[in-house]
Amino acid sequence: MRADARDALARAGFSRREFLETSGALIVSFSATALAGRAGLAQGQFDTRTSHVDPAQLDSWIAIAADGTVTAYTGKCELGQGIETAQIQLIAEELCVPVARVRLIACDTAVSPDQGTTSGSQSTPTNFNDRNLAQAAATARQALLRLAAERLGVAAADLSALDGVIGATSNRATRVAYGELLAGRKFSLTVDPGAARKPSSEWTVLGKPVPRVDMAAMATGQLEYVQNVRVPGMLHGAVIRPPAVGATLVNVDESSVRDLPGVVKVVVRNNFVGVVADKPWHAIQSARRLAAEWRGGARLPDRQQYYDFLRTQPSRDAYVVKAADVEQKLANATTVLEATYRHPYQMHGAMAPSCAVADVHGGKATVWSATQSAYPTRSGVARLLGIPIENVRVVFTRGAGCYGLNGADAVSYDAALLSHAVGKPVRVQLSRRDEMAWENYGFAYVIDQRAGIDRDGAIVAWDHEAWFPSRGGRPGYDTPGNVITGALAGFEPAAFTPRGAAEPAGEFRNGSNAAPSYVSGRVAGRAGGAGTIASERVLTHTVLSPFFTGPLRSPSRLQNTFAHECFIDEIAAHVKADPVAYRLRHLRDPRLRDVLAAAAKAAKWDARPSPKPDARRTGIASGRGVSCVLYEGDNGYVAMVAEIEVDLATGRVAARRFVVAQDCGPISNPDGIRNQIEGGALQGLSRALGEEVTWDDEKVTSVDWRSYRSLPLGFAVPTIESVLIDHPEGTAMGAGETAITIVAAAVGNAIFDATGARVREVPFTPERIKAALSARADPSAPVRK
Amino acid sequence: MSTLTLTVNGRAHTVDVDPATPLLYVLADDLALRGPKFGCGLGQCGACTVIIRGRAVRSCVTPVGPLNAAEITTIDGIGTPDRPHPLQKAFIEEQAAQCGYCLNGVIMTAKAFLDQNPTAGQADIQQAMSAVLCRCFTHTRMLRAIARYQREKNA
Repeated sequence: MRADARDALARAGFSRREFLETSGALIVSFSATALAGRAGLAQGQFDTRTSHVDPAQLDSWIAIAADGTVTAYTGKCELGQGIETAQIQLIAEELCVPVARVRLIACDTAVSPDQGTTSGSQSTPTNFNDRNLAQAAATARQALLRLAAERLGVAAADLSALDGVIGATSNRATRVAYGELLAGRKFSLTVDPGAARKPSSEWTVLGKPVPRVDMAAMATGQLEYVQNVRVPGMLHGAVIRPPAVGATLVNVDESSVRDLPGVVKVVVRNNFVGVVADKPWHAIQSARRLAAEWRGGARLPDRQQYYDFLRTQPSRDAYVVKAADVEQKLANATTVLEATYRHPYQMHGAMAPSCAVADVHGGKATVWSATQSAYPTRSGVARLLGIPIENVRVVFTRGAGCYGLNGADAVSYDAALLSHAVGKPVRVQLSRRDEMAWENYGFAYVIDQRAGIDRDGAIVAWDHEAWFPSRGGRPGYDTPGNVITGALAGFEPAAFTPRGAAEPAGEFRNGSNAAPSYVSGRVAGRAGGAGTIASERVLTHTVLSPFFTGPLRSPSRLQNTFAHECFIDEIAAHVKADPVAYRLRHLRDPRLRDVLAAAAKAAKWDARPSPKPDARRTGIASGRGVSCVLYEGDNGYVAMVAEIEVDLATGRVAARRFVVAQDCGPISNPDGIRNQIEGGALQGLSRALGEEVTWDDEKVTSVDWRSYRSLPLGFAVPTIESVLIDHPEGTAMGAGETAITIVAAAVGNAIFDATGARVREVPFTPERIKAALSARADPSAPVRK
Repeated sequence: MSTLTLTVNGRAHTVDVDPATPLLYVLADDLALRGPKFGCGLGQCGACTVIIRGRAVRSCVTPVGPLNAAEITTIDGIGTPDRPHPLQKAFIEEQAAQCGYCLNGVIMTAKAFLDQNPTAGQADIQQAMSAVLCRCFTHTRMLRAIARYQREKNA
């Protein structure tokens, strides 16, 4: 075994002895059947490729050592969301062993299956339904029962497993432990799609608030993050990014740093510039002092006019739904309401600027990375370095919460390029500015909404048109130029080709929540939406962004839902209907109706139209707002009531109470879900009230925590009450991005309820609130007829 | 470069560094401590916090040179997973983290403040935490953990 493999296993909590005992799991199959098994792994938009770890083989997922320790291999990694503990619960449950006896190795391309990217609230749907990790665990239990039946001479039906021991139901003295059954051998079986999962009625570990397995290590500062990885002989790198977006390198004067302490090498590749030094501080100092000459750069669009600019750009268009009668219904409607909503670029802004360690020598590379995409990053590093993919190993190592595509992939490339140049291990820790000025931002959006209302106040047509800028994104397997380092090193981002919109075909897909919950979602004659409005049109325009963009927690779903859930509120207010009742009037999905009703009930919702009839005109005004969504059209139901206060003199908003009701099918860990709801609600509040990427005519100017505002621990934190609706027999859905999706709308609606002022642009800064308060005199501005 | 002696968590270490080097790099790289974290390098987020002479200090903007002979406490020195400090224990009991990267700043800032102000009210605690960030926004649990620690300590 190579030293780096040994180190990584040690890092993962494995000793060499244990490795040998469980080596069955690491004998990976170079099998043609891997391709056939691939279908079971593909998850929506998150592509996977054939790897040397064959997902059809049980040994690719689970190994049992002679001492009974269970090791599970997964392609879904811990980002702070609690999926490590939840997956351990899953294995413990299906295999009837205590949590403490399960180890999980996530996203090490040497040993774990390729499950694409840990993102999009897909880890629970992927690994907790009847396939992949869950099905492997069920197959393992079935195999152990069969082996025990042979060993004990008792029918499998008369055996049961408890605490890693299988015994006869009638006589527990007849028994055998897992470790004895396998004696360190591998299973040598394929995953059986027919193996029975344990019914949720028998769960003792899943569905329980099992404490996070990593909590004590985190609270005592002992958890190893990628920032803590130390490899013998390791050097430290720093990067020098261009001074302006799109600037190109003319010259680097290496003599400018030659006399600085510890400098090992200046590395230039195309527009990529970095330095390697003996210590981090020396790398930082030399990066600051390095004299580099740059030329040109884009003249960035005026930020104040940016939303209008988006409408004028060449675009790639798509319809989600397109009923033929929208214009006619709007023409015949009693009233047509219109409104435009704006959402800025926002950033992931991880607590830690991204960090990675790469060891490239002898034509091989090992990268310790907090990437969400171990296998795609492996492929990207291979392309970047021009070495065979099988010579690259990516070892996922914990990072700070990323909330999507932050700088983790880019810094993995940075470290690989620098290590390649010096032939020694190099650690790169980006600076705060490196991270914030060049990450792949969450999309800005401008959204026009139109609705036709009939004489009875019902919505008869809904027309949505949105523009959003995009550049690059997840690099996937083939496109390292989708993030800054790959682009600087000479790789192109994914091509942007404007084109007109085709008619919707196939089935209704609402993965970006571009369609509101209130439309029927009729495509090819079948209605797949959550609502009742049949006259519906949803058209999106993607335009080219000057900045890199990428998925940021609830990408597009959050921006679209902000516009939808505010607009339905505007319509309800116009027809003087209660916002909850008015939503229910246009919703047919029973589970979405249920979460909405549950949130309203828990919040003791006062049913009446907004705004509040006796709203204060001075001092502090209080109000409540509601919002809901079926996340991604099929991946989690959530509703929220927000209670807020507005200081009418300053325009400042304070949230006092959030009530969130959620249904994501079977709950793996109720405390984990509550933690996600609470964090999502407050992160959503921070994004709604203050977060906004800013720029001047050549560069991004929000590059630290003064120029990009995140609500600190000390702000007046609202109380958060979570109502969990459990469907233990249902399909498992995601829970990490639900709550955050609906915060801006609930808060915006509450501001309207408190004041009668509608704020249609995020973030809700005091200036915007005050402007909206002043505009109140203008009655019913959005009404067209 | 100059030779300095730092006392960290009760142990003396001799390091040979540029005295302008921020303390964080010496702790995290020369001494390989995992607790203090790099978050911004600007003293804006708290992730690098250590305690010196009873005060919470942002080690990413504190040059190491003047700290020769100072006693420095990091989160690594106040408890272990098996024997956590009561404040760390409160965080574990409240499950008050997601990614955990900010925890060093949260716990060490709260510890320094509560050591000096054991009966501080909620508003004072909020003020003390007003420049500490958690980007997972685990705020409610963290504030609950701090309140639990204070309650149990004063009981």
